[in-house]
Amino acid sequence: MKSVKSVLLGMGLATGVGAVSIVIASPGSTPTITPKTMADALHLVMDSDRAVYTRTIVNRLVKKEGVIKASEHFDDDKALALPAQMFRFGAEMVAKRSEDMPDVNFSYSLQSLWPINSQNAPKTDVEKAGLKFVAENKGQNYYGEETLGGQKYFTAVYADTAVAPVCVSCHNDHKDTPKRDFKLGDVMGGVVIRIPIEG
Amino acid sequence: MKTLLSTKAWLWLLWIGLTLGLLGWFSYMLLQDSDPQLFMPGPLSAGHHQFADSCTVCHTDPLGGKEVIQEACFNCHKDERKKPFDSHPSTKFKDPRNADTLQNIDALHCMTCHTEHKPEITRKNGVTQPVDFCMHCHADIGEERVSHKEMAFTTCANGGCHNFHNNRDIYTDFLMKHQNEPELLAVRVVPERDLASALEEIMEYPHDKYPLESLTLDQADMPAGITLGDSVKHDWLTTSHAAAGVNCSACHLVAITEEVDPAWTDNPGDSACVNCHSLEQQRFEKGKHGMRLAAGLSPMSVNQAMLPMQSDAAHAELNCLSCHGAHTFDTRTAAVDACLSCHADEHSLAYEGSPHHRLWIEEQVGELPAGSGVSCATCHMPRLEFDVSEWSSRTGVDHNQSANLSPNTKMLRSSCLHCHGMGFAMDALADSNLIKNNFVGKPGVHVESLRLAQEDYDRAMAERQEADNSE
Repeated sequence: MKSVKSVLLGMGLATGVGAVSIVIASPGSTPTITPKTMADALHLVMDSDRAVYTRTIVNRLVKKEGVIKASEHFDDDKALALPAQMFRFGAEMVAKRSEDMPDVNFSYSLQSLWPINSQNAPKTDVEKAGLKFVAENKGQNYYGEETLGGQKYFTAVYADTAVAPVCVSCHNDHKDTPKRDFKLGDVMGGVVIRIPIEG
Repeated sequence: MKTLLSTKAWLWLLWIGLTLGLLGWFSYMLLQDSDPQLFMPGPLSAGHHQFADSCTVCHTDPLGGKEVIQEACFNCHKDERKKPFDSHPSTKFKDPRNADTLQNIDALHCMTCHTEHKPEITRKNGVTQPVDFCMHCHADIGEERVSHKEMAFTTCANGGCHNFHNNRDIYTDFLMKHQNEPELLAVRVVPERDLASALEEIMEYPHDKYPLESLTLDQADMPAGITLGDSVKHDWLTTSHAAAGVNCSACHLVAITEEVDPAWTDNPGDSACVNCHSLEQQRFEKGKHGMRLAAGLSPMSVNQAMLPMQSDAAHAELNCLSCHGAHTFDTRTAAVDACLSCHADEHSLAYEGSPHHRLWIEEQVGELPAGSGVSCATCHMPRLEFDVSEWSSRTGVDHNQSANLSPNTKMLRSSCLHCHGMGFAMDALADSNLIKNNFVGKPGVHVESLRLAQEDYDRAMAERQEADNSE
């Protein structure tokens, strides 16, 4: 896990919160961090950033002030991007920027057992098991290992919960949704974080 | 009589001799810097044929492999692969969860679909994959979209419905938004250019030296001893530069290096334009007109074109002044006359007298508002919004005239939909005869995209209704 520090730095820069430093070590020893702790830290930043965007930008300007819309087609509709899109764009930017940073190697995505876009359905066995687990076990995360394309990964899955009425209404009303009875507080999907490991 | 060597040995000697001879000849020719096409394994595609005299534009390292070529592709095409419309970026395929997809097709390398020097398998846009390549990853599309169930994978790109690199350009909700539009919209005008108003936000612009205010002849700042001809005076004063405060020295005072003071030059060349029009120059170099300049080669000359061209323009070279002239910076000339002075294909020759041309004439004589005439540039060099910094953008002419050419449905957003309804525009762009005669008459082809989008929408609504009723 020699690259953990640079991964965390990359994570901080990519998510726009500045440099992040987590040192789990006694003075004088080499800092170490487990894949699980790293994934948990990554998720904490991702989730917090999106929560801030949802509350201070989308919810405030759309629901409270009523000055602008939020739309899936934000460019054509001259509207705000949806919180889920903001999250995805961040994931895509991390993937793009980390292409030039060989020491930074992780990926994340937002998936669901009931995706509006079928490409966001789970594909691997760990993703499927993880999304099912977090939906059935509220408050718990899922951790597993898997080998994809010859590389072994530590994969963590975190529940993505409907925290605002707008999450529920958008998903239930979308013409491509396979599930229309979401309620506030329901698990709608999950954040999947994948970190390569040796072995 | 017995010979010294057997027939077989003679043949071996002959083979070795011929091989060494050929090797020697090729080596000699290589060292003589002879015609590179001698070493070319096959003709280049239409997109790259201008580089036939310079292998090193793509083969930057003689010992390099796939990654070297990939880097060369990115040197020119990387910006075109950006969001929002590229739904197949490399990052998607680098995501471990899509590792299985890469086993079907190596979507990480341009060469997988765009192999050069293979004219026998090269299709439009330099594509060398079989036409049904979408099937590698979307074999189950019929389950996801019922409307696509019976469609063959050889038809994905028909009518501009789908294309790999900007598949998000025309999406279902966008089609739904444009259902039932008339052939001609009520308001028909293209966006206005706004360089003058955006200058305030462009930090690099020499605001102090050339403030945005109209100049008179008395204010012309050429050095003593330079006499302005009447035509130069007239051209400068009556076109945009004098009106925008761009004095003689802005273009004619050139510093050859950073170490020496700028000195007056009578023929400053393109570098003078770049000082203020870097966006236009960058886009120009992305297209077929300027791609040779971008590669550090001599400018493209008209006789290098593959399209039919005017014979008397054969030796004209392509740079800023080719279309914009010097001092006569009249963009109306650049928008039509400059194009037609070189281009002589069927579509170009049919422009004068066409409905679009009539609108252009009416705008020029003041019978129609600005931006409602249709010049060559209206469609081929549309006015788009470009980011000029993290915080500001401006509407300018896209000088990459190749950008929206193929598939031609890229013109829908940038050009057609400013004046026409979606259905009419899609049909017109799909009708090759209508394109040839420069849109004289009605489309004879019908594209089904709008109907399919409507059916998908109706089906989803019916399923929803059924579910509601059963609850």
